[in-house]
Amino acid sequence: MKAFFAAAAILILSSVLVAQDIPQVQIKDLNGKTVNTKDIIKNNGKPVVISFWATWCKPCIKELNAYNELYPDWIKETGVKIIAISIDDSRSSSRVAPFVNGKAWDFDVFCDANSDFKRGMNVGEVPHTFVLDKNGKVVWQHKSYMDGDEKKLYDVLKKLSKGESIK
Amino acid sequence: MKHFFVVPVLLVLGFNALAQEQNYGQITGNFQADAQYYITDTLIGASSPAEKTMLNSYANFIYTLGNFSAGFRYEGYMNTMLGFPNLGGVNDGIGIPYRWATFSNNQLEVTAGNFYEQFGNGLILRSYEEKQLGYDNAFDGIRVKISPYNGIHLKAIAGLQRFYWQKGPGIVKGVDGDFLINEIFSGIRDASWQLGFGGSFVTKYQKDEDPIYDLPQNVGAAAGRINFSLAGFNLISEYAYKINDPSSDNGLIFRPGQALMINASYSRSGLGIILSTKWVDNMSFRSDRYAIGTDLHINQIPEITKNHAYSLTAFYPYATQPKGEWGVQGEVFYRFKRGTALGGKYGTALAVNFSRIQNTQQTQVDEFTPIGARGTYGYNTAFFSIGDSVYFQDLNIEFAKKWSSTFKSTFTYQNIIYNYNVLRGTADHETVYAHCAVADLTFGISDVLSLHTEMQALFTQQDKGNWAMLMLEFSIPNWFFTIADNWNYGNADPTYRTHYLMGGFGYNNHGNRIQLSYGKQREGITCVGGVCRAVPASNGIMLTISSTF
Repeated sequence: MKAFFAAAAILILSSVLVAQDIPQVQIKDLNGKTVNTKDIIKNNGKPVVISFWATWCKPCIKELNAYNELYPDWIKETGVKIIAISIDDSRSSSRVAPFVNGKAWDFDVFCDANSDFKRGMNVGEVPHTFVLDKNGKVVWQHKSYMDGDEKKLYDVLKKLSKGESIK
Repeated sequence: MKHFFVVPVLLVLGFNALAQEQNYGQITGNFQADAQYYITDTLIGASSPAEKTMLNSYANFIYTLGNFSAGFRYEGYMNTMLGFPNLGGVNDGIGIPYRWATFSNNQLEVTAGNFYEQFGNGLILRSYEEKQLGYDNAFDGIRVKISPYNGIHLKAIAGLQRFYWQKGPGIVKGVDGDFLINEIFSGIRDASWQLGFGGSFVTKYQKDEDPIYDLPQNVGAAAGRINFSLAGFNLISEYAYKINDPSSDNGLIFRPGQALMINASYSRSGLGIILSTKWVDNMSFRSDRYAIGTDLHINQIPEITKNHAYSLTAFYPYATQPKGEWGVQGEVFYRFKRGTALGGKYGTALAVNFSRIQNTQQTQVDEFTPIGARGTYGYNTAFFSIGDSVYFQDLNIEFAKKWSSTFKSTFTYQNIIYNYNVLRGTADHETVYAHCAVADLTFGISDVLSLHTEMQALFTQQDKGNWAMLMLEFSIPNWFFTIADNWNYGNADPTYRTHYLMGGFGYNNHGNRIQLSYGKQREGITCVGGVCRAVPASNGIMLTISSTF
């Protein structure tokens, strides 16, 4: 048991030191068109936020509502692009487009109904949010959402857009 | 055990050092362990197993280099926590049940080993995993995906399905095609309408060793789908047909299966409307005709009821009845704009959802054969027939409003009809009629401290009577502290008017999360994505550690 946790701890510590690329998989936009993940993260050298969510996940919706409110200011200050990835399965994936429109969210939303992108990013539970730097590398991530967590994300984005270290 | 971990640790350390060069690929992964220490509590019906502490754990590792990737999942159940599928200890143990390698470029993707796949809406094929349910019907075999032309996506699969630490007896093969008309014909790419077609065929082979009946060894199923959108309107529909497939699920009847689902929606900024319906007859499809429970499903028929997230609104959840059901759902999302009377300074969101599920109408094949008689055609039913028995009904209204920069609220009302006998497999339980109300309030106390409260109440004359629930959750950056009480104050028997008190705290940072809680958990049903498992009452300490790296 001890060896198990020690190994896990070493793994985690060793791997966070290296910024990671995101996996290239096919997901769908809200019109059902297939897109590759490598194409949706292009943002002219500015940071990108990828947030995994589902229509049945309360904290996810709180988180995205909070981002949506601040999004115009964040774009102005950091040039960030926010991408929301719905992991709704076939039960609820047809609800995603009307749901998103009903919320009037301004960011791009994609569907990952077979969880290919979710597995590729090693996401267990939602919400799970990643930040990509200007090179498209994952440099920051956060699991779950508590009120006020958006402030931490904002700090990270500000530092990235100024070229400062976020460590 | 020790040796097993030394290898990946060295690998990761090595690769991380080399990854700076960018030529040696990268390793990513995640890890989760859930453990519970059990305390016996006879009043709530909680038992403690011989091991006292039980543990479910797993870790994924993915290696990527250019167009090549490979991975595996280590799983350890020491032993399987109570309430997860584990008949006769079949799920206990440690090992690597999931490993795969994939090569992909723009037109071709080939996978050997384990994979998850879904054709269309999953009516004839869907494999997936859900750790919270102990559900995993991954294929072990090969998969090829080809995109030969813009807008054309083809898939072919063949494999056996996971059955805990073994594989199911049936061989599953399938093909699927997606044809997006507006991408195939470049002249209409940016048209205001979008049209797509899809079709799939799946076959399962299982040897017939039945001593009495001559069972089909090859069972084929086909499905066709359409997706059309025009200026905010969207239509998604799929129909599936399966040849006769006598099984434990349908009581060995020789009858084909059918399913139809139609989903129409309209949306524009601030408004979403959805109408959907489905009809299902005899569509259980497994890679072992004698499988039961959540084992070896090849397909999954999606529910058309709302997936609730509060503990009491999810108290009476619905699960698809693949033997036969008709359902309808309507839903409206509306957002009152900022600056209007109802919208206030921050806007207000309103959502209304209604769903109702009934049985299908079944008649005898002839006057001598009872409905569902083993070894017969079973029964007759007209396409899209609707019976008189209500399985489930849910009307719910949700009103969400942010009042100031420090105060947010969501109010929910729900009215439920729940056919206990059909949905829980009992024989003489009365149908439950329940009302439920929830107030979900969030207060920003200071820049760093916030309080989230949920007040929930459920009122019913049936089952265990009324429930009340109060939850308080304090959060400061990276930490949260929570206390919740579920109180069955309306139980007809005063002895069982129990408080289920639970307290805990958690720490979150970057990709890591640790949560520890202590208390009582009521008996109930946990559902994810429409599949449910029964959670036994428990009393004890729970620890969760998870990490993504």
